[in-house]
Amino acid sequence: MRRPTEEPAWLRWLLCLLAVAVLGVFLVLPLAAVFAEAFRRGVAPALAALGDPDALAAIRLTLLVAAIAVPVNLVGGVAAAWAIAKFDFPGRRLLTTLIELPFSVSPVISGLVYVLVFGAQGWLGPWLEERGIQVVFALPGLVLATIFVTFPFVARTVIPLMQEQGRTEEEAAATLGAGGWRMAWHVTLPNIRWALLSGVLLCNARAMGEFGAVSVVSGHVRGETNTMPLHIEILYNEYQFVAAFAVAGLLALLALLTLAAKSLLERA
Amino acid sequence: MRRRDALPGLGLALGVTWLWLGLIVLVPLAALAIRPWELGLAGVWASVTEPRVLASLRLSFGAALVAALVDLPLGLLVAWVVVRYRFPGRRVLDAAIDLPFALPTAVAGLALTALYAPNGWLGAPLAALGVKVAFTPLGVAVALAFVGLPFIVRMVEPVLRDLGPEAEEAAATLGATRWQAWRLVVLPALGPALVAGVGLAFARAVGEYGSVIFIAGNRPMESEIAPLLIVARLEQYDYAGAAALGLALLLLSFALLLVFGAMQRRLRRGLP
Amino acid sequence: MAVPLGRRALPGLALGLAGPAAAQGAGALLNVSYDPTREFYRAYNTAFAAHWREKSGQAVRLSTSHGGSGRQARAVIDGLAADVVTLALAYDIDAIAERGLIARDWQRRLPENSAPYTSTILFLVRRGNPKGIKDWGDLIRPGVGVVTPNPKTSGGARWNYLAAWAWAQRHAGGDQGAAQFLGRLLRNVPVLDAGARGATTSFAQRAQGDVLLAWENEAHLAFAEFGQGQFEIVVPSLSILAEPPVAVVDRNVDRRGTRAVAEAYLEHLYSAEAQALAAKHFYRPRDRAALAAAGATFPDLPLVTVDAEFGGWAEAQRTHFADGGSFDRLYQPGR
Repeated sequence: MRRPTEEPAWLRWLLCLLAVAVLGVFLVLPLAAVFAEAFRRGVAPALAALGDPDALAAIRLTLLVAAIAVPVNLVGGVAAAWAIAKFDFPGRRLLTTLIELPFSVSPVISGLVYVLVFGAQGWLGPWLEERGIQVVFALPGLVLATIFVTFPFVARTVIPLMQEQGRTEEEAAATLGAGGWRMAWHVTLPNIRWALLSGVLLCNARAMGEFGAVSVVSGHVRGETNTMPLHIEILYNEYQFVAAFAVAGLLALLALLTLAAKSLLERA
Repeated sequence: MRRRDALPGLGLALGVTWLWLGLIVLVPLAALAIRPWELGLAGVWASVTEPRVLASLRLSFGAALVAALVDLPLGLLVAWVVVRYRFPGRRVLDAAIDLPFALPTAVAGLALTALYAPNGWLGAPLAALGVKVAFTPLGVAVALAFVGLPFIVRMVEPVLRDLGPEAEEAAATLGATRWQAWRLVVLPALGPALVAGVGLAFARAVGEYGSVIFIAGNRPMESEIAPLLIVARLEQYDYAGAAALGLALLLLSFALLLVFGAMQRRLRRGLP
Repeated sequence: MAVPLGRRALPGLALGLAGPAAAQGAGALLNVSYDPTREFYRAYNTAFAAHWREKSGQAVRLSTSHGGSGRQARAVIDGLAADVVTLALAYDIDAIAERGLIARDWQRRLPENSAPYTSTILFLVRRGNPKGIKDWGDLIRPGVGVVTPNPKTSGGARWNYLAAWAWAQRHAGGDQGAAQFLGRLLRNVPVLDAGARGATTSFAQRAQGDVLLAWENEAHLAFAEFGQGQFEIVVPSLSILAEPPVAVVDRNVDRRGTRAVAEAYLEHLYSAEAQALAAKHFYRPRDRAALAAAGATFPDLPLVTVDAEFGGWAEAQRTHFADGGSFDRLYQPGR
């Protein structure tokens, strides 16, 4: 006999099928479309597109940008989580809200604000120009815009967990005479490492895939300031649809690997 | 005076946090907040109340709201199935939920356009039924629903997991039917998380650019989203106008986030 | 305030030196151009690099950036270190000159209004021309889908708009008739893409609309790219003479010491070699010999000019495309 808190079997199966259908049509089909377009003329042209020097430069630049942006957000996110989750201080609610803010800022605006500050017509433009420093339309601009867009990911995943864990373990360590760094290393970090890793993975995936914000601050120079998403746009605009979707497929593949790694982490 | 804290590091952590927040987010946003006023108060007002701007704001907020509301039952369904049922492929399903987070927005935009264009896999059968998706406001809503879905699932999932079946068992012993238990016990408990999820999905959708721009028709007054107008203004060298619209968009979505936050707190207060 | 600003600039400095900005300098040249010139400048860069090596003995590394003409001009204004700009319309270069990056008299520095090649606006229709589109007047018939990009963001779209306006002024009763004509035409547009390339893709790849208003060279390119026989080019009874201009960005080349090579890059566009190359990529060469050699590729049709018809680009921009201009009014509610 079935338990009173269980739905009848037919309903359970129906709901499961519905959920699978929703995700299939909504999420998996677009992904399938990417790969179908990439391999429309076979595997060789798709691979050739990835070996193109401009594509390689875009891949390198994307990895470099992510490699700078993610650690910055990791450090900032953990510091914010420590303060918000373990302490009570004036302005705590405000700080939490401000950290979430970049989520609700349009990517276009996140690019625009850096142009307003660092562009030649912006606040610091003339000062930077005198010294020959290029921020927008060069690597620093791409990095800044990427940090902005991926800003809350790490903090968001870690804060709830640290709040739930409370501060008893750390207080015990403090009573036993552990210093701040030792406590962080031996008590706090092991407790949050899986959440931290999954936050970093999401942050990284988004950092590699951002389009709107970097599009505003990139000079779109082939082989120089094109990240992978921008390179996809260029290829698409050159009617090289197979190549565009091949690079898109590679990005999607990276996203899938990220999700697989995250799913494994959560099981562990 | 405040009691001296047993735990170290508040000063350092706060310092790092405010530095990070200030340099990356607050100073640049201040530039956005200051720039429009070179138009004067009346100029700013005129520039954000143009009919074309109002139409684009209506579309951006309307489509985002529709998308978030469509995502609500879908996200709830997916979260329920993933948490409560065991079936083959559940893990894959669970991992796939984050796809819109991880999939680059431009890729999503191109893929959705290819799917829903009148000659696409889904667009062709829909066109036969007389439904046009790509290049219409409906297409905008579809893209935004794609972007927003994981927010709802990921907000609801942990709450559902914590809730466990005990409360429902109690309801059942008291003679409630399955549907009553679900409606009177489960749904209210999920309320705050659902509202939070809708709020996040909505806020994200309002400003979305990369995945929408390919599938929207970009016709003024009809299928033109607000972020596109910001870009259009920039391209006419109208920095102040672009910043004015950006600021308006930001303030509106921030106000809505506050409303959602208040709703969440009210719902939570009603909980046992 | 001074402290955070200083701190902020330091990582910028370190990154800037390691980043792409440092890769330029003497021996490298950045050409910031508009959308449909990709194929032409890729070929021209190869030709010019060889020419420059022969002439000066130096190797030069040429990079290009492409996008909507307005976006590209804005990037240069905001600090993209372009040595030369090759854009869709004089208005965009004027905008850069207004901010002091280019001398005001730039258009007189090179022959032919600083436009080494020209183009015009034609129609691209589907095979067999099922809707029987022959001229501008056919575009406002009910049931005809017209694909054109958004004039607010695309230089090509502004040429489309002005060409339609010029025809309507003659055939639909002056300015007022033209405004009505454009209003009806725009109601037939199913998708207003942000750029010329996006519009071509919507028409050719996404099966939108029955006719694409396109640059002559885009029409030919789409014709070649998307399979011969899928499309046909229709030449209307009247169109517009598009003069995409080029200029050296004075401030940037003086700072980077690239003036000699930048000027040579633009001057060489007028050489017989480059003119033949332009014709090959379906730009109308200024050189008569190259034009004659291209033969029937470039049909002869009456072309109006922006200067004669609309009083120059600054005036055309103000009347038609600026906020509150004729384009905006056509989309006002209640019409």
